Amino acid sequence: MDIYFDNAATTPIDKDVIELMHSTLMDKFGNPSSIHRYGREAKVLIENSRKTIAEILKASPSEIFFTSCGTEANNTVLYAVINGLGVKNIITSTIEHHAITHTLAMFEKSGLIKVHNTKLNDRGQVDINHLEELIETYDNSFVTLMHANNEIGNLLPIKDVSELCAEHNVLFHSDMVQTIGKYDINLNNIKVDFVSSSAHKFHGPKGVGFLYINGKNKIEPLIYGGGQERNMRAGTENLYGIVGMAKAMEIAAMNMEHNQNHIMGLKSYAIAQLKENVENIQFNGDSENKGLYTIINCSLPKTEKSEMLLYNLDIEGIAVSGGSACASGSTNVSHVINALNVNKDKPTIRLSFSKYNTFEEADFFINMLKKLL
Amino acid sequence: MENKIYLDNAATTCIDKRVLDTMMPYLISNYGNASSLHQFGTSAKEQIAESRSQIAHYLKCEPEEIVFTSSGTEANNFAIKGIAFANRSKGNHIIISSFEHDCVLNTCKWLEGQGFYVTYLPISKDGFVDLDFLKRAINRKTILVSVMHVNNEIGTIQPISEIGKICKEKDVYFHSDACQSFGKIPIDIQNIDLLTINSHKIYGPKGIGALVVKKNTNIVPLLHGGGQEFGMRSSTENIAGIVGFTKAVALCFAEMESENLRIKELQNRLIFYLAENFEGIYFNGDLKMRLPHNINFCISGMEGESIRLLLLLDEMGIAVSSGSACSSNGDNQASHVLQAIGLNQFEARGSIRISFGRYNSEKDITLFIEKLQQVVGKLNPIFS
Repeated sequence: MDIYFDNAATTPIDKDVIELMHSTLMDKFGNPSSIHRYGREAKVLIENSRKTIAEILKASPSEIFFTSCGTEANNTVLYAVINGLGVKNIITSTIEHHAITHTLAMFEKSGLIKVHNTKLNDRGQVDINHLEELIETYDNSFVTLMHANNEIGNLLPIKDVSELCAEHNVLFHSDMVQTIGKYDINLNNIKVDFVSSSAHKFHGPKGVGFLYINGKNKIEPLIYGGGQERNMRAGTENLYGIVGMAKAMEIAAMNMEHNQNHIMGLKSYAIAQLKENVENIQFNGDSENKGLYTIINCSLPKTEKSEMLLYNLDIEGIAVSGGSACASGSTNVSHVINALNVNKDKPTIRLSFSKYNTFEEADFFINMLKKLL
Repeated sequence: MENKIYLDNAATTCIDKRVLDTMMPYLISNYGNASSLHQFGTSAKEQIAESRSQIAHYLKCEPEEIVFTSSGTEANNFAIKGIAFANRSKGNHIIISSFEHDCVLNTCKWLEGQGFYVTYLPISKDGFVDLDFLKRAINRKTILVSVMHVNNEIGTIQPISEIGKICKEKDVYFHSDACQSFGKIPIDIQNIDLLTINSHKIYGPKGIGALVVKKNTNIVPLLHGGGQEFGMRSSTENIAGIVGFTKAVALCFAEMESENLRIKELQNRLIFYLAENFEGIYFNGDLKMRLPHNINFCISGMEGESIRLLLLLDEMGIAVSSGSACSSNGDNQASHVLQAIGLNQFEARGSIRISFGRYNSEKDITLFIEKLQQVVGKLNPIFS
């Protein structure tokens, strides 16, 4: 049995999305900037996709800009506010995705900015009082905090944070790569200035994402060239990718409640089973009871066997991860786990579920875990 | 519309069925994140390594010198900004040709606002950069020269090996945008430090390209994050795109010689027919040192009419272009390329670009000539 419990790293593409991309690749190939009918046809598909996504998020189509990925969206915002708007103080946390932390480290090294990290409690929750203190202390600042952490699933009280930022007239960016397609997000109700998203995290294709820029903001592009994306992001549009992403969003929005219930049930079941079967198991961050409903992050007792667990699970056809995929090339403890008050000696595993996972798979996994530990 | 003829392959191409078939498994089942350590991840990683090696083989470079990007535009931005910021301490002078693609031009315009100084090389009437001017323009502060291999509007082939040699002698990085030539004609990258290539111009998918970065090139990344692509371009790899791109490259290289002969024949034939049927026609750009896939012309008396010509042809099912697609976003500015070779705005706005591809045949050309005569007659009764 092949079991894929690593949906926070990437997800399988929905069958309907694949079909639509296949037919788009077959029949629609125009360059959306071309004046002839091939171009106009392609342009219509792009604009319809933009409208679909905007409607789901309660944004205006003119606020959605297609990018090649979440990383590009994150980089675009940071470059633009630092280089273009001259922001000097960035308020963030140490458990952001590397697309944020590494980009900021680069800018800080060059002397352009100072990075200020909000305090986190033992479970990795952002200290909102400290956040406010930082905002009040530093002039010319900018806040970037992810909506859900990709390793431990902690959810930011985004509405509160957005209002705090708005009150203090500070721009606020949120990396929503892990939450878009999983929650009913209404950007009309959240005072967020910039949002990053990536299609391959919600059963869409890799190589495409988008950046939401609230209509009141104007920033400079990261990628210059032709006038695509209303001069905000140059490059011939990834037509099949954009169409596929919009379809994936649509499917996610349509079946959201159903999928949420299913995955939440699966997660609770897996947690109960883990507690029952693994002695001294510890759940990290908010992943045990609050937090993103797709992610469980836990530490296992350190034994010779548990150290080899990921490897052995993989041999049995079960894919889970030790943390973020983007950082998994290294054997170091993840920067997220490092920031928490947990025993770093213990091996950590992250399970992340999708609508395709079943209770049967959870049982199989638990049985295998018992065998391997 | 019984006859649909696509003669705008320089803007983009339709995907080759063989490419699509190769991509599909990577959309359907091989969906791993190449950075993951489990089998879904490692199999993606291996496939990407295999793709990289294949493309490197065709370019005669090392696999580690290929950095996948989301497009040619991103690769050009990465190359120019990456070299500019990495070598700032050495100098702030950049030299580009004045008929580069908008993504090179506009990146440099932005750099001008960041304290860089840019020299724009003049272009001769027949469409070539002035090498003497280049030699004189390089100074102690020069860090980068960027000249495209083949111009996207007029198809003239620039002497990039020679330019590369000049740059090497002067110890200046040389970047070339090869989006229009890669996969179509051979490219010798021996004297080139950075080369931009892309997929959707050669029957591969959109949303994928690459920058060749030769070893020991001092460059900083454009996208920071998870450290993919040897730390040069962070982001979860677009595996289906990479696999599709690679297949497209392999097909182009396997068929290059015979395909070029066939396309050259189409080009000759169309030039002959155009000259025979339209008195006072003139061709933009040299007709010899030129990509076989491209013809750019203006019919005298049709100056200023290219958009109308194009739309009338479109109604008859024939897709051609008036210049670069990327700058055709409504503003109808006269092409900077045609102005660079000395056309006035009026002439530039009367020019038509034909670009052939894999799926064009002689029949398309006969039909195009026939329809062109009709629309020209409609616009100017003198011709009918």
